[in-house]
Order: sequence, then structure tokens, then C-alpha cells
Amino acid sequence: MPFRGTFGYLVLPFSLHLFAVPAVARRFAPARSSSVGAYESRELSDIDEDDEPTDRAPERGPVVTAPRITVNGTETPISPAAPHTTVLDFLRERGLTGTKEGCAEGECGACAVLVARPGANEPTDWVAVNACLLPAAALDGQEVVTSEGLATAGAAGSPGTLHPVQEEMAVRGGSQCGYCTPGFVCSMAAEFYRPDRCAHADPAEGTDPAESADPEHGPNGFDLHALSGNLCRCTGYRPIRDAAFAVGAPADEDPLAQRREQSPPVPVATEYVRDGSAFLRRNTLGETLRLLRERPDAVVVAGSTDWGVEVNIRARRADCVIAVDRLDELRELRVGSDSVEIGAALTLTEIERRLDGQVPLLAQLFPQFASRLIRNGATLGGNLGTGSPIGDSPPVLLALEASVVLADADGERTVPLADYFTGYRQSVRRPGELIRAVRVPLPLSPVVAFHKIAKRRFDDISSVAVAFALDVEDGIVRKARIGLGGVAATPIRALSTEEALEGRAWTAETVDAAARVLRAEGTPLNDQRASAAYRSAMLGQSLLKLYAQTTEAVSS
Amino acid sequence: MSHLSQRPEKPAVGVSMPHESAVQHVTGAALYTDDLVHRTRDVLHAYPVQVMKAHGRITRLHTGPALAVPGVVRVLTGADVPGVNDAGMKHDEPLFPDTVMFHGHAVAWVLGETLEAARLGAAAVEVDLDEQPSLIALGDAIAAGSFHGARPVMLTGDVDAGFADSAHVFSGEFQFSDQEHFYLETHAALALVDENGQMFVQSSTQHPSETQEIVAHVLGLHSHEVTVQCLRMGGGFGGKEMQPHGFAAVAALGARLTGRPVRVRLNRTQDLTMSGKRHGFHAEWRIGFDTEGRIQALEATLTADGGWSLDLSEPVVARALCHIDNTYWIPNARVAGRIAKTNKVSNTAFRGFGGPQGMLVIEDIMGRCAPLLGLDPMELRERNFYRPGQGQTTPYGQPVTHPERISTVWQQVRADGRLAERRREIAAFNAAHPDTKRGLAITGVKFGISFNLTAFNQGGALVLVYKDGSVLINHGGTEMGQGLHTKMLQVAATTLGIPLHKVRLAPTRTDKVPNTSATAASAGADLNGAAVKNACEQIRERLLQVAGGRLGANASDVRIVEGVARALGSETELAWDELVRTAYFQRVQLSASGFYRTEGLHWDAKAFQGSPFKYFSYGAAAAEVEVDGFTGAYRIRRVDIVHDVGDSLSPMIDIGQVEGGFVQGAGWLTLEDMRWDTGDGPGRGRLLTQAASTYKLPSFSEMPQEFHVRLLENATEEGAVYGSKAVGEPPLMLAFSVREALRQAAAAFGPAGVSVELASPATPEAVYWAIEASRRAAASPDGHRGDGPTTGHDGDGSTAGTGSTAEAGSTTGAGPSTGAGPRAEAEALSSSA
Repeated sequence: MPFRGTFGYLVLPFSLHLFAVPAVARRFAPARSSSVGAYESRELSDIDEDDEPTDRAPERGPVVTAPRITVNGTETPISPAAPHTTVLDFLRERGLTGTKEGCAEGECGACAVLVARPGANEPTDWVAVNACLLPAAALDGQEVVTSEGLATAGAAGSPGTLHPVQEEMAVRGGSQCGYCTPGFVCSMAAEFYRPDRCAHADPAEGTDPAESADPEHGPNGFDLHALSGNLCRCTGYRPIRDAAFAVGAPADEDPLAQRREQSPPVPVATEYVRDGSAFLRRNTLGETLRLLRERPDAVVVAGSTDWGVEVNIRARRADCVIAVDRLDELRELRVGSDSVEIGAALTLTEIERRLDGQVPLLAQLFPQFASRLIRNGATLGGNLGTGSPIGDSPPVLLALEASVVLADADGERTVPLADYFTGYRQSVRRPGELIRAVRVPLPLSPVVAFHKIAKRRFDDISSVAVAFALDVEDGIVRKARIGLGGVAATPIRALSTEEALEGRAWTAETVDAAARVLRAEGTPLNDQRASAAYRSAMLGQSLLKLYAQTTEAVSS
Repeated sequence: MSHLSQRPEKPAVGVSMPHESAVQHVTGAALYTDDLVHRTRDVLHAYPVQVMKAHGRITRLHTGPALAVPGVVRVLTGADVPGVNDAGMKHDEPLFPDTVMFHGHAVAWVLGETLEAARLGAAAVEVDLDEQPSLIALGDAIAAGSFHGARPVMLTGDVDAGFADSAHVFSGEFQFSDQEHFYLETHAALALVDENGQMFVQSSTQHPSETQEIVAHVLGLHSHEVTVQCLRMGGGFGGKEMQPHGFAAVAALGARLTGRPVRVRLNRTQDLTMSGKRHGFHAEWRIGFDTEGRIQALEATLTADGGWSLDLSEPVVARALCHIDNTYWIPNARVAGRIAKTNKVSNTAFRGFGGPQGMLVIEDIMGRCAPLLGLDPMELRERNFYRPGQGQTTPYGQPVTHPERISTVWQQVRADGRLAERRREIAAFNAAHPDTKRGLAITGVKFGISFNLTAFNQGGALVLVYKDGSVLINHGGTEMGQGLHTKMLQVAATTLGIPLHKVRLAPTRTDKVPNTSATAASAGADLNGAAVKNACEQIRERLLQVAGGRLGANASDVRIVEGVARALGSETELAWDELVRTAYFQRVQLSASGFYRTEGLHWDAKAFQGSPFKYFSYGAAAAEVEVDGFTGAYRIRRVDIVHDVGDSLSPMIDIGQVEGGFVQGAGWLTLEDMRWDTGDGPGRGRLLTQAASTYKLPSFSEMPQEFHVRLLENATEEGAVYGSKAVGEPPLMLAFSVREALRQAAAAFGPAGVSVELASPATPEAVYWAIEASRRAAASPDGHRGDGPTTGHDGDGSTAGTGSTAEAGSTTGAGPSTGAGPRAEAEALSSSA
């Protein structure tokens, strides 16, 4: 999945979550009992008392314990799964067969599950991810809820025996064959629990989308994009939409709603080695960079949205996988006076919500970048790390004149993104180097657009992607930056087109001439996504469309 | 009213209710075949050895290296087959082939302790191949004369006279895409041998009886030694009608040879590269209209891309021919059908089963010819509808029953959708927006219900009433999400006169009901419902005798309603449970097997004449789209549908079928773009779109923003159970409205009167090339002809195409200079008018 990141899914914005107060720890007693509906987190001290440390404890950091995941409230050891075993297979092998494999590449969402993550507005968010892409070892110490767990958890807060989301799906005909349904239910539940969803609710608005100004948001604040990574082949989606737009607010006694108010699970250092293959996680960037120097063969993952596809579809196996998604140093977002610095391991969802439109071109990108399920894992570091020519973030970041901050055990260097890519899936990043952050200079150019050309509006891969960032003052194009994806072996800047625009009047004549130049940029190919002729045409058309949009905006 | 269609007092049928497994679906408790693996001990995992070449004779198959892989237990090859090495019914589909017939053909299967071991084992198997030339593109197969199977011709009236009487004659070509089923659950089977040597196969199959038959013949067993069960399927859509048999046979063979349970589950890549699709078609046609735009004659040749083996291609082509008329009376017709043999997967059943392909041809003709006739497409379609009271028959000689419903549903859609008003609004919108255009089109559906082959039109059921009054029903149909089991529960409760909660349904098994037909042809509820009803009636009649005795009344005066028996005019009540207990002690049989055969069908496949269908299902849909002139991207703004399901057995289920079928059809026609490597490189024959990332299904973004679906009211069908009609397939074809709306929106970028050609699927790229052709027509002085550089030519009405027959799926598609793009390049339209 070239458009996704090898980086990023978990979230730990503030290290204070490491230290849960004892009262909270007692309330969330370690999940040793079989009481269903209890969703507990562990404290490190509990683990140390109760679990045998492994003999592979690293020299630094906390004592490493046998990896385990709290699944529907019950701690479950990951062993004997192989380190490459996905969360999906891990769950199914333990009899939790509600989670399904539909495609094994994060496209259909039949495997969606909920994971507890540090939240934006509450301490903890329930976030839906593709269980088919994540290695189980990546969730060491974390909490997972499946459709089976939702049934018992949700029932505690509702009159029926089902979770409110399940109830709406069942009674409204939201399932036919039922195979995609548990995944839909999990994606829908994540949106159900999104703390700021109800703030956007507009009860005055009817449920009839015909009368709705925004057909992609329900009167209950439900954002339909939450389901953009789930496919249903039976229903045609209407009853699923009706179910989504009908769910109310979580009940006070809903244990998963209550769980949001408690600290998120702490990240734990992981050292999971079986049959010569290892999954490793360190607590700090420094430790991770030293490890990376020792293991230059390692595959670095964050959300594993790209590597997971390699494992499943192309049967790739790594001797060593190193997870970086929870490193505080990679998870900072700083808006300064001269730049915005975005941590490489922040998920796209986190960036989207934290920036909240402050970088308009990025705001245009996010809803078009894969699906919510993928954005909950994928990172900018990953999208740039894979170096794919059809990733959707590089054209935007090129237009924004972004730089990449690279770190290794010796220090950091900053490389303009325009100089970063060197060939097909190749870059100046050296072995042992990690992308720490992406830096976008300020001020931003005011005229921006991201045009993604694809067959499907939600969750498709670009045949061509074009990002524009223009300064137009007094009718003159002072500066033009145009990033292109899908037209060459790497993402490129449309330098000739920029030249054809800069210093000229922003008129139909200029734009027509520049569009002809733009059509000739790059060397697009014929493939199953589009013909070369269409790709070239779309380059020019995207500029014409931008011009039409800006002139419409002026005239209206 | 017929006995079959008559509903009793307070029936459970007709009540809107969710799917009977809805609670299990949403909680994840519903079990599918592969979920059983985790409840079964010592399972071996099977993995196919796929050969990645399009065609070649196997000169050496070396399994030794696989056996050296730790965890590999056995490699299955043709030498292991004790019975017949054939996965199909036509003896052209070897389970373990000597010759690789398509890219990805499985030639052996590796059994491993883990799936990983089996995978590594499969990778270690060495296959030497004597490569042979291959035919991938349908056009290449036609040019090479590579055909297999029957070549039917449907003939009615006097075609030459019809053309002679025509004021306008047009001809053209049209090639359109295949479609992947993409059921969310891939093919799966789990086989084990029980203590008595009985082979028990759990299979995700729409046709357990045929799976049983093929497992038996592969193993050299009799059918009574093999039991096949289907719990439920995660979608079927026709893709599990014929295709599961071989996979079940591999599992059964492995279980037989190792004594251990064997699991076959295809991953998505394997499923996409090994199993058949909806047939893509090529059509060549000539049509004559009178001055009023009424069809006088049609001549056409439809060629289906059958793939490497016949599978169901012959009946698919038969159904395509039987549906080329759709809702239109064609007095004189000669339509030929044939099946191209190509080195691709063996194409198979898919919702509509050739019907959509036949109907797409005539709807494409209507959409292309209307501007040339100077008629609004809606008007042209209306003028050609079958009319009541004229004794009109289809081109294969079947009288069209209820032809008035064609107009009824159409007029209701026109009214519901405020079509006249919205067309004015759209004209105003289009005049004001140079870069964005909207289109609104209405199309109809007439679809024949029954298997073309008369023998398949039978159904069976087994109904068991236990002493405590609880009822267990079995029937021959399988559940794939279509709600068949829900309807069967409602039918049983209705016939017995008891509340729904008293009835349970057991999974479909071949040892409960034998010799069943596939759950296919939309006929699942018709056939099995009538059989369930028949079984329940037998039991009810016996119970009425018992009740008559207890109530002191004649049995014929007793009614059982909502679980209580009463004699007419009497207040005395006898509860169901008590009635059943009484019957038991009177030694009255409390079980019955039910049977149904559809009456009144006959079909002469050679003459291509007869009345193969019990009745026709009707529907109409209006779709409005908005197209971006810069890119060709579009959205479906609104859809209005009125569909005829007779008197619905289960309205929520039926609405779900209509909506889901529509969106699936829209996927086929607009988005789902199957591409094969037709080049001469090492990947020749490879399916290029072999993943969910490259083969795009409709998602939420394709759902119509406004979606109004209504069932036709007062629509009792005399010839089916409780007055209902089949619903599974017909709504798929309502999606023609989307394609025609896109055509009209593309046309709005150019001058009026231009025939717009649109490739299928109408992806944004295809729409963009159609828009470009329209714009060029505006620039051309001869614009009314609608001719792009190659998309049409002034002519003599010959059927010759202009361009090369560019293959659907070609990776070297033509660019803008070819006008309508790679797909449409195969088309030509010319007029002798």
C-alpha cells in the first residue's frame, strides 16, 4: 500500500500517563478475573509483581514482561504466536472469530477492532484500527475490544442485550450476510464514543439526508467518514447509514464510556523473540536509535499500515521489526512563528484533529487520505519513509515546501523534501536514520488546493495527485509551488509549471498556457488505475479547475 | 386466488423484520465455515500451488522439496484422486490439471500443520512448463475463432422484412467488463471423516447437493457417503454456485488421505485469481426503428468471455439472449450467442446470470440511438414497452404476463421522483454551470424468474414438530445474506398458524433434504418456500383432524391462528402446544417432507423457444448524477425506485435486496474495473486487479445521497408462495439508470442530438473521454453526428466497427485521440437514416 505509512498508530502525547494514581489503579484492577465488561488497564508495578520477567530484559528501561494484550477485559498472552502474527489471527486463534479477514490489506474493514489510545479531549479514546495489519506484539500492554466485547460492555449501559450501535445495526437491517458487520460495528462504536461527536450534534436537523446540508454528517454528529474504511457488498449502505445516524450518546454507566475518563494504557518496552524473529520496542528515541544502529536490517514500523500489507500479501517476513509509534520525541506537534513541526509518529487522525484546519492544504488532504481506519494508524513519517511515488502526503508537503528532520544516534539533520526522494521508493535517508518530524514553513500561501484523481471518492489510491500552493497578490502570481504524485518514479515538483505561472497575471490566458506545461510534467504510465493520457490530461485539468474555483469564489 | 398465493388470517409473512441472524451478525457470534476451524482439533491447512503462466503443459511436477519443509504433511496431486479428477459437471475442469489453463491455475495442494508451513511448502513445489500460446483478450479469442459450448440462436418474426420496414437503421459494437463477486467471505471448506467413514464437509456453497456430488465423484464414493453442510455464507452472489465444489473436494481428499480434518480457505488474492467472475461480453448489433421510434428489427451477436472451462457459461448465454428484449417488444429478431474460450478463470454465475449483460446491450442501444432519432431517451423507451392486451410475446415465444406493470412502476417512479420538474431544474442548472453538469435518466427492468433448465425448478423441505410444540425447519436453500431463512421462518409460521418464536431453522445439509437445486436464479424463496409450505400443510392437516376431535368440530372448520386452534363460530380454544402433545399421544406423525415443482414451464433449448419462466419481475429506477467536467468524477445525487416483489414476504429483507442489488449493479457499471495483463510480457494473463486496493467496490461514497425505494403495492403474484415474487437478482439491473444518467450528463457538455458513447464501467476516466467527445462535437461543424475522431463514421449501416477491437482491460489503452477512450474504442455507431 504505497500511499500509507510504515509508521505510526499508537498515541502517547504526555508521559504523565505513565503514572496512574493508585486509586485509579485499584479501580481498574488487573484483569485476572473473568468478569466480562470490566475494562482494566495495568500499571507497571502490577505487572512486575505478578509476571515473570523474561530473560531478554534490555539493559535500560523498565523490566520487560511477557507480552500480553487485554482483550475484552481479559489479559491474554501473545505467546505462542509468531512475531509477525497479526492482531486478527491472534484474536481468531483464541476463538474470537467475530473479527473477520476480508482482504488482509486494510481495505475492507471486516477486521476492525477498538484500541484504547491517549485521547484528544478525554484521557483515553477508543480508536478503530485494522486488526489485519497490526502485529499482535505491537499491542503489548494495550487494550482491545472486539464485537464480542462490545456486546457485553454495551449491554451494561442499554436496556437491551446489545451495544447501542449493535442494536441500531440489527433492527435497521444493517446486516445481510453479516460478514462485514462486526467490523462496521467496531468502526461505528469508535465514532459513537468520540467525545466531541455529540458537540457537533444538531438535533434540529432531520435524519433525512435529502434535507441535510451535509449528507456526510448525521444529526447526532456522526461523521460518515468514520466508516470510509469498511466495505459492505450486500446492503448498499443505506441501512448502515441510518443506524449510524440514529445512535445517541453513550450512557453514563457504559463501561467503555467510563473507560475514556481514565488514563490510557501505558506503553511498555517489548522484546518478543521467537524462532529467530523479533519484535522490539524501546521507551526512548535515544534507545531506539542505538538499537537501529545495531540492527540496520530492522524494519521500522509505526502503524504498520504498509508493512502489514507486505507481510500478508507479499508474504514478507522480517528478522527484526522495531516499533517507534509511541516515542514521545516523535509525537510532538509545535506551531511556532516560522514553522509548524509535526512529529513523524503522530497518526494522520491526530494531526487532523490537532491542527484543526490551521494548515488548509493539509486539511484538504486528510479526508482523501485512505480511510479513517488507516488514518488512525498511518503517519507522515511512514508515508515519507516508504518513498512511494503515489503516496498522497508528498505532493502536499512539496507544495508546502516542507522539510524532513532526520535523526540518528549521532544527531539530526534537516533535508528539504524536494531533495529527499532520490528514486523509486528511495530517499536520502540512511540506514539507522529515522524521520523525527516534518517541518512546514510559515507563512502559508493563501491559494491552495489538493486534487486527488481516483476511481472512488473514499479510500482509493491516486492515479494522479496534484497539490497547489500559490501566492496571488493584486492579480499577479507571486509564488507558485506545485507538488505531483503518480507521474514519475518519485513525487515531484512541477517546476516548469511553477515558472510558467510566477510573475504572471492570474488570468485564463496564463492558466491555459501553464496547464499545457503542466500536462507535460513527469512521465505518467498506463496501468490498471488510469491511462497515461488521462493522467496527463488531469494534470492540466487540475490547474484549470483551481482557476475556476478561485474565480468563482471571487465572483460569488 | 390460487392456493399457493393465498394468505391466511394474521400471517407472519408480510411482516417487516430484520434478518433472523441479525443479533449474531452484530455481535460476531454468527459462524461461517472458516470460523469452525478454531473449534476443531488437529486441523491441516491446505495451500494451492498456483502456476503463474497463462497456458502450458506441465512436463514435471516435483513435490519433494515441499515435503522437506518443516510442518508439511502431504502434497495432493492428480495421482491421489481415487475417483474422477474433475471439479465440474462438464468434464472439462480437472481438479488437478495436466495443463495450466490460466494464470494462477492451481496444479497441486500442500497440506501443512500450519498455514505458514503449507504456504512455504507450496512455494517449494517445482513445476516445469511447456508454455503454449494464450488468448487473454476477448477480442483476440473472437478473432481466433476460439469458442466452446453451445451456440444458440434466438429467432422471431422476419428480420429482413423488419429492417426493410425500418425508417432508421443503426449498428454498432459494445464490449463491457466482467465483474468480481467480492463476497466478503472468500471460498472456504472444512472436511472431516467421521467414525463410520462418512465424509462430512462444511462448505461455503450455494449448491450443497452439487458440492456433495462432486466430492463424491472425486473420492469415488456414493452420494450417501458424503454430507455437505452450509451454515451460512458471507455473501455468494452466484460466485458460490459452481466454484466451491473443487475447493471442497480438495479438503475432502486431504481428509480422506490423512485421516485429519482439512481446511481450505482462499485468501483474497487466491480467491480473485482462481475463481470465476461475471462474464464480460462483446456485442455486435444492428437495429431498425420506424419513423415513430418503434423497434422493427434487431440483429445481434453476443459473445461471452467464458474463460478456460464451460462452467455455467451456456445457461448464462441463454439467459442473456432471453433478456435482450428487457421491457421492449421486438417483433423481429435474430440474436446469436456464443462463448469465447480464453486463458482466464472460468467465468460463472453472478447475480442476474447473463440477464444483465443482455439487457445492458439493449439499454446501451436505446441510450445511443435516442439522440439520433431526435427523441428523448425516456420517450424512446416508453414507446417500445410491451403493451397489455396485444398478445405480445418475447422473442423466445413466452407471453409477457402483467405487461401493464412495466408502465405502472415507471409512472410511479416518474411521479415519486418529480421527474418532469427535476428535468427542468437540471436544464437550468446545466445552463448556468459550464464545468458541472447533471443528468437524470429512468430505465426499467423485466426479469424472468425460474431456472431456464426446467428440471432445476424443484424444491424440498423437512419440517419437524417436537412434542413440546417447538418446530424445526430444514429446506434445500442456503443463506448468503439474502434473508432466505428469515422468509422461510415466516412461511412456516404462517402455514402452521403459530408465532414466529416457535420456529427454528437448522443449517442447510444434504442429509436433511436431498437433490436440491442451487440457491440461485432468485428462486430460493419461491422453490423452498413452497416446499416448506407444503410440508407444514401436511402437518397442519393432520393436526386439524386432532383438533377437530378435541373441539368437537369438523376438521375443515378448524383454524389455527397465532398458536391457537378454534372451530368456526366457537369460543373454545386449544393451544398449539396442547394440540401437538395430543397428536403425539394419538400417534400422529409430526414431521413431513415437503416438495414443490414449478408448474407450467417448458423450454426447448435447441429451438430456443418456450416458456421457461414462471413470471416476470418488474421495476423502474430514476437516477440523477452530477459530473465534474474537469475530471469526469461524479456523484449519484438521487435515486428513486419502484420495484415489484409481488406481495412481499418480508419487506425489510426485500428493500435490502433492492438497495443492495442496485448498488452492486452500479458498481459493475461505473466503478469495478477488472483489468488483465494482455501484453506479451512475462505477466501475460495475470489479473492486474487482484486486491481490494486495485479492484474497487462501491463504498459509502458511492451510495446515492438520496435513496428512495418503494415496493409496488397490490402486486399479488398468483404463481408463487403467498403471492410473493423473487427479488435477489432483478434489482441489480435498475442500475442502468445510473449509466444512462452519466451518458446524459456527458452529453450536456456538447450540443443536443449527439450520440454519446460511454465505456463500461463508466469510471471517471471513461466519463471524461465521453465529455471530451461531446465537447469536440460542439466544435465540429458536423457535430450532430456525434463523431469524434474514431467513435463513429458515416456509413451504410454495416456492423463493422471502426477502431481496433481494444480489449477491456488492456493496459495499453488508447489515449484521447481515440475519442471515447480505450473501452469505447471498440464501439462504432453509424446511421443509414
